[in-house]
Amino acid sequence: MIPATFDYVRPSSLSEAVSVLADAGEEAKVLSGGQSLLPLLRLRLAYPSVLVDVGRLAELHGIRDEDGHITIGATTTHDEVVRSPIVNAECPLVALATATVADPAVRHRGTFGGSLAHGDPAGDLPAVALALDMEFVVHSASGERVVAARDFFLDYLETALEPGEILAAVRVPKLGVGWGFHYEKFHRTAQSWAIVGVAAAVRLSGDPGGTGRRVEEARVGLTNMGPTPVRATQVESAAAGIELNGSLAPYGGSAANGSGTAGGANGSGRHAGNSTGAALREAAAAAAEGTSPTGDLHATPDYRRHLARVLTHRALLSAAATV
Amino acid sequence: MTRISLTVDGVTYEEEVEPRLLLVHLLRDRLGKTGTPIGCDTGNCGACTVILDGRSVKSCSVLAVQADGSDVVTIEGLSGVDGRHPMQEAFHQEHALQCGYCTPGMIMAAIDLLKDDPDPSDEAIRHGLEGNLCRCTGYCNIVRAVRRGAQSMSSPEVVSGI
Repeated sequence: MIPATFDYVRPSSLSEAVSVLADAGEEAKVLSGGQSLLPLLRLRLAYPSVLVDVGRLAELHGIRDEDGHITIGATTTHDEVVRSPIVNAECPLVALATATVADPAVRHRGTFGGSLAHGDPAGDLPAVALALDMEFVVHSASGERVVAARDFFLDYLETALEPGEILAAVRVPKLGVGWGFHYEKFHRTAQSWAIVGVAAAVRLSGDPGGTGRRVEEARVGLTNMGPTPVRATQVESAAAGIELNGSLAPYGGSAANGSGTAGGANGSGRHAGNSTGAALREAAAAAAEGTSPTGDLHATPDYRRHLARVLTHRALLSAAATV
Repeated sequence: MTRISLTVDGVTYEEEVEPRLLLVHLLRDRLGKTGTPIGCDTGNCGACTVILDGRSVKSCSVLAVQADGSDVVTIEGLSGVDGRHPMQEAFHQEHALQCGYCTPGMIMAAIDLLKDDPDPSDEAIRHGLEGNLCRCTGYCNIVRAVRRGAQSMSSPEVVSGI
């Protein structure tokens, strides 16, 4: 369909943008790449009175390596994130998950900040933001504030961003050495939302290839397991302390590909039957605790809970295998 | 109304547009570039894919005002004076279409893919085209066509337009 009418403003600076937003009130929407907003406008699910296009503001764009964290400007495209040497070196989980966002044409336009500000729990990046404890740098006419990821996602498509506020950048903490990462996504086609997704980060002690390795710390974020992204805290505490021995590769050797395969969601059989696999599966069994997944055309709530357990097991194994 | 200027298939246009006008509607209804079809209207199918400032985009998911100052290449801008673009020729040779509705988007996405990977594997081709749907299920021939197109585009006698 053709979107309803709206006014269009393309400010030339961030300060002009927040001033326009302050005047426009609640009916204004911020436009960047438009890959979430334009479908909503076309389906007439959103009726903003004015679109404030910040897509060309240089001050909102780019990736910087800073002390203790990297900063990703809100209008940096998914494609730029995936290609960034800084992101791949310092927070590879962000690159892994972003590479699964939609398809190449959407990643050319869609932006890192836009995807997070959209606040869709079925989007891939909110769970990653939660797992990595990202910080959201928010600007408005009254200045800047910083919101922790755990305080940012409030409800379905609802974030801590108030009318008049713009997400300017996101800070991703550097986790240091010894971490492995994986994003496991179960979906039907590239463009469809994750039915369930799991972002996993694990820190191992010991030398790669050596014996006596142990999970020291685990972070698990869940995609589409409720109205907001969820941290699987019970899995995190259960995984800590697990001794690793034997093969970690969940698919008979290759742990590199994060795409879900529809035939393998039964959670058994294909994984290494060693004690590490069993211990991590036991930890992953708590993945659905405290979640409230929705039921829709693609999956019932029960099936989503099942997927959360299975995919969390896979994600933990694959993440550990990359350390 | 907002005044925009953009280049489409090598020609610069100045247009007065409503902010809500989608790029694909500008191309088709105002500029007569009906070679770019509208498929799903939800950003899923990729039929309306064009190259915007050097990269593939779905023109149903871009406002015309967002393309102000940009360079757009549609399927109609591919062929030169000597006939079809090598990728168009490859789709023809490999019979990579049945109804043909997805073909312009497939060809634009394929050309975009080759910018990063001039000699893609079948798997890379399938990944590169995952934003483009063919409902006649002609994917095998499409993958063959992209491979053939890649070979002819990398041969020295071919000078690609974009």
